[in-house]
Amino acid sequence: MRKIYDTPEEALKDVLFDGMTIAAGGFGLCGIPEVLIKAIKDAGVKNLTVASNNAGVDDFGLGILLQTKQVKKMISSYVGENDTFMSQYLGGELELEFNPQGTLAERMRAGGAGIPGFYTKTGVGTVIAEGKEHKDFDGETYILETGLKTDLAIIKAWKSDETGNLIYRKTSRNFNPAAATCGKICVAEVEEIVPSGQLNPDLIHTPGIYVHRIVQGAHEKRIEQRTVRTN
Amino acid sequence: MAWTRDQMAARAAQELQDGWYVNLGIGIPTLVSNYIPNGIDVTLQSENGMLGMGPFPTEDQIDPDLINAGKQTITELKRTSYFGSDTSFAMIRGGKINMAILGAMEVAENGDLANWMIPGKLVKGMGGAMDLVAGVGRVVVVMDHANKRGESKLLKSCTLPLTGKAVVHRIITNLAVLDVVPGGLKVIELADNVLMEEVHSLTEATLV
Repeated sequence: MRKIYDTPEEALKDVLFDGMTIAAGGFGLCGIPEVLIKAIKDAGVKNLTVASNNAGVDDFGLGILLQTKQVKKMISSYVGENDTFMSQYLGGELELEFNPQGTLAERMRAGGAGIPGFYTKTGVGTVIAEGKEHKDFDGETYILETGLKTDLAIIKAWKSDETGNLIYRKTSRNFNPAAATCGKICVAEVEEIVPSGQLNPDLIHTPGIYVHRIVQGAHEKRIEQRTVRTN
Repeated sequence: MAWTRDQMAARAAQELQDGWYVNLGIGIPTLVSNYIPNGIDVTLQSENGMLGMGPFPTEDQIDPDLINAGKQTITELKRTSYFGSDTSFAMIRGGKINMAILGAMEVAENGDLANWMIPGKLVKGMGGAMDLVAGVGRVVVVMDHANKRGESKLLKSCTLPLTGKAVVHRIITNLAVLDVVPGGLKVIELADNVLMEEVHSLTEATLV
């Protein structure tokens, strides 16, 4: 079965629909599936629920889906860098579910690993715990969080082979491996597709079983906070 | 004289112990890495998926695939390892990180911490702060003792939404170092030329 698609439009063909849920990899603008996000914008699907640690910036990353008002709800841990997000959220146009960052990552991991729920100490005694089941283990209180499963996962990796085995580069890995597992279908955009056999099997980060479609793309890789030292 | 931001960071660096794995928050805590004492070997964790965080890059070292949790470009070290966010928070929640040094808006005398949200103001999110305070071995907060209006930020109970309940161990302010102990906060050190009366007058929390 051929997993490689020539364009992001083809890679997303037949998997997009209004009202769907999408898990997206990336942290800030690092390691985001920027090519697939643009293709989703062009496809025009609406009422999306998107689970992603951040919401991009106004004109890049998931921010471009906010500008077109294609997103109904975000599940995120931090959305501070996006004015479009703020105005839509404060105007009641956009729903927001805050998840602590580690809880969001674990919800994706659990959802992809057949774990419907897990207990965590994170958020106990805060607004995050409201309405959630509390349970004590060894004298400590934990809350129940649920695994997250989505209709689609969109991720970004550095290299893929022809079977979808993926390798990420440096901190662009972030949420991508967990997001990859929690979608019914996972589409990966990569910087380079290499022939099978060229990636070291001992160093695969995401095994190809999680990856259904692959597309090679040109990445802008925008930097959010360019910080340098002078000496 | 109250401590400056850099003096607070330098004091916080004295909390580091040899061999520790440490997470530094955004703001003054980030400055702590400039003051790591000689002979103390610490490995900095960045919760977006990195152990062994190096200094900011020079212009020619900038790599968009290499950022810290504040989204700033950084560099790697010989000891660096990378991993996904799920693994990163597994080591945080699992108690493998020895200490987190974080900023705060308010701390209560029982160690409650508020540092993520002001109701009615711009809501940005908690990021990884709730996971960090719930999971790491020791939580040290670096913050101003009072706000610009001279109102104490060390309170009997927090007025802002909490990041974690009874999670703070030690507070380093511009005036003093305080420990969270049964019954309230205990001043263990004063900033240079700061008097105890000054700390008392700017502290709402019970001092024991």
